[in-house]
Amino acid sequence: MNSIIITAILVLSLLGVALAVVLYLVAQRFKVIEDPRIDLVEAVLPGANCGGCGYPGCRGFAEAFVKTDDIGSMFCPVGGNDTMAKAAEVIGQTAEAKDPMIAVVRCSGSPEYRKRVVEYDGASSCKLATALYSGDTGCQYGCLGLGDCVAVCKFDAIHIDPVTLLPVVDEEKCTACGACVKACPKFIIELRKKGPKGKRIYVSCINKDKGGPARKACQVACIGCGKCVKVCPHEAITLENNLAYIDYNKCKLCRKCVEECPTGAILEINFPPRKPKVEGQTESVENN
Amino acid sequence: MLKTFAKGGVHPPENKFSANKPIEVLPLPAKVSIPVSQHIGAPATILVAKGDKVKVGQLIAQSAGFVSANIHSSVSGTVESIDPVLDSSGYKRPAITIVVEGDEWEPTIDRSPELKRNIDADAQTIIKKIAEAGIVGLGGATFPSHVKLSVPAGKKADVLIINGVECEPYLTSDHRLMLEKGHELMVGIQLLMRALGVDKAMIGIENNKPDAIKYLTEIAKEYSGITVHALKVKYPQGGEKQLIKALINREVPSGGLPIDIGAVVHNVGTAYAVYEAVQKNKPLFERVVTVTGKNLPKPSNFLVRIGTPVSDLIAAAGGLPDDTAKVVNGGPMMGKAVTDIAVPVTKGTSGIIVFPATESKRKAESVCIRCAKCVSACPMGLEPYLLIRMSQRMMFEKMEHERVLDCMECGSCSFECPANLPLLDYIRLGKTEVNKIIRARKN
Repeated sequence: MNSIIITAILVLSLLGVALAVVLYLVAQRFKVIEDPRIDLVEAVLPGANCGGCGYPGCRGFAEAFVKTDDIGSMFCPVGGNDTMAKAAEVIGQTAEAKDPMIAVVRCSGSPEYRKRVVEYDGASSCKLATALYSGDTGCQYGCLGLGDCVAVCKFDAIHIDPVTLLPVVDEEKCTACGACVKACPKFIIELRKKGPKGKRIYVSCINKDKGGPARKACQVACIGCGKCVKVCPHEAITLENNLAYIDYNKCKLCRKCVEECPTGAILEINFPPRKPKVEGQTESVENN
Repeated sequence: MLKTFAKGGVHPPENKFSANKPIEVLPLPAKVSIPVSQHIGAPATILVAKGDKVKVGQLIAQSAGFVSANIHSSVSGTVESIDPVLDSSGYKRPAITIVVEGDEWEPTIDRSPELKRNIDADAQTIIKKIAEAGIVGLGGATFPSHVKLSVPAGKKADVLIINGVECEPYLTSDHRLMLEKGHELMVGIQLLMRALGVDKAMIGIENNKPDAIKYLTEIAKEYSGITVHALKVKYPQGGEKQLIKALINREVPSGGLPIDIGAVVHNVGTAYAVYEAVQKNKPLFERVVTVTGKNLPKPSNFLVRIGTPVSDLIAAAGGLPDDTAKVVNGGPMMGKAVTDIAVPVTKGTSGIIVFPATESKRKAESVCIRCAKCVSACPMGLEPYLLIRMSQRMMFEKMEHERVLDCMECGSCSFECPANLPLLDYIRLGKTEVNKIIRARKN
């Protein structure tokens, strides 16, 4: 009886020791040497795993970050400059500061300005609706308001306004990860420079139709008249396919184009209200 | 027992109100808008300019590649504009708008009503004439017909199948065509047979058109090699693959074409257009369109010039009823609601259906309980309940693996779903995305 127990203990102990040796040897032979900096970089990243940087999650970004020669080409939009500075410090480099960006919805076609002419009764998804038709208004470029951008936002930063039926970006929460930009089948959302104190000017329309049809479909459409191009002292505005576009790197926020635009398609955000110059002139400042 | 296809299928109510209404010629519209993209493939290249005078049957846009089709003017008059026009795709696409002046035809077109039975063209000439006439599949898919007739090297067709099924509810345009243009149709079929080099043609007709079956069986005796087959009524029997399965019991392999198993399928409307193109030198610029609806005063079948606004057709059928909420271009199962009734009739318009408010809304969605009704309904043997989940979760690679591209969008799954889920909508999205993935892989 005793001898059986002793034999069993001995055999199992020997087996254990033998296997431990094997495991040790295998572990030595197939050892994965990982750059210890990857963990350090990952620790300073926000951990949102949003994919806004273009890599599969924060770990993926960290792995690429320690390997790359040019850290200037990589940027974590969620963490911003602070995070990038810390991450660069880990690998002994310095990151160049980049301008903070924000998602901008380039459509102002609320029901007030853009009449609904068709009733959509399908599943609530912009992608599905785009496969079926051009939209429930006369404008085939404008926002459908079915909220694909809301569904993909991981930061709860974009919502459909119940009155205007357009998405509104929450400036505090938006990290410019670009998920909504990719989700929008109409390509309405763009990442633009946030601007000093959040001040920015942009053309809130992507209608490429000629002036007549564009205006007929939506009162606040860009009609491609080119007045803003002429008035801009910094050559920041270009006109292509009946649509004006403001280059945010050239724009000096002088607001001349906003005054000039006959349809109010150019929006100025976070500017203080203007002093009325002429009697009866309406304020064109819109908060969005 | 009548033949039919094996897998799936549904039985929607037929509602063929216009089945006994003879084809009427619709009066000329005041203006036509002829889209240059009425077919599958590259949009045609526009040949005319604003202000040009055109005649009926004049080539106004040329086929831009092998898979593309010529487009001819359907009226005589002056080109008013070449601008994007809202068409039945729901988008504004380039179209040629012509203001109608008189009705002057190209002199080369033979307008005599006599039947021309003698076929003197050889296969190559027939295919060339079909391509020149801009003929596309008139069943609704609008695939250029000359492409289907140009059999790739190494493959051989042994049977021509003529689709007279018209399985979509409401539609009767093919039915009327078979009854009224039987002989022309037969000659058209013989032309197609010669083009393909086959000596056998089978016409498949669903059993709900006994008059057409009887009449065509009768006259088919005068033409060699053509047989008429009655089929059990079941949607979507008019699908190419379903019809082949029903008639000759062969199955098109997944991702393959009917020619892989030696069959070529053409619609009766296409066969008639082929007759007109080859024997009468008449390009495709008019077609039969059913205009129907439960509350429409006069459901009718019209011979319509391409480019005529849909609103003209509805007016001729007694005008839009007050309770109308939806106008569908095509059949009720596969057709698409138009966003404006001014959209033009195109080569693919087989019918216009006017739905009252009570029938035009989707029912409220609930949840999938995996009853598998969609699986039993799917004629392609797919699993729609699975595909919708994958599509919603953007698992497109998996969808490809589940053979989503075999889906022909017949809508049987959505029709049967007791939870009213938008199955087809999501499957269609999946197909688009899978196609994108495949294209990206090729590049």
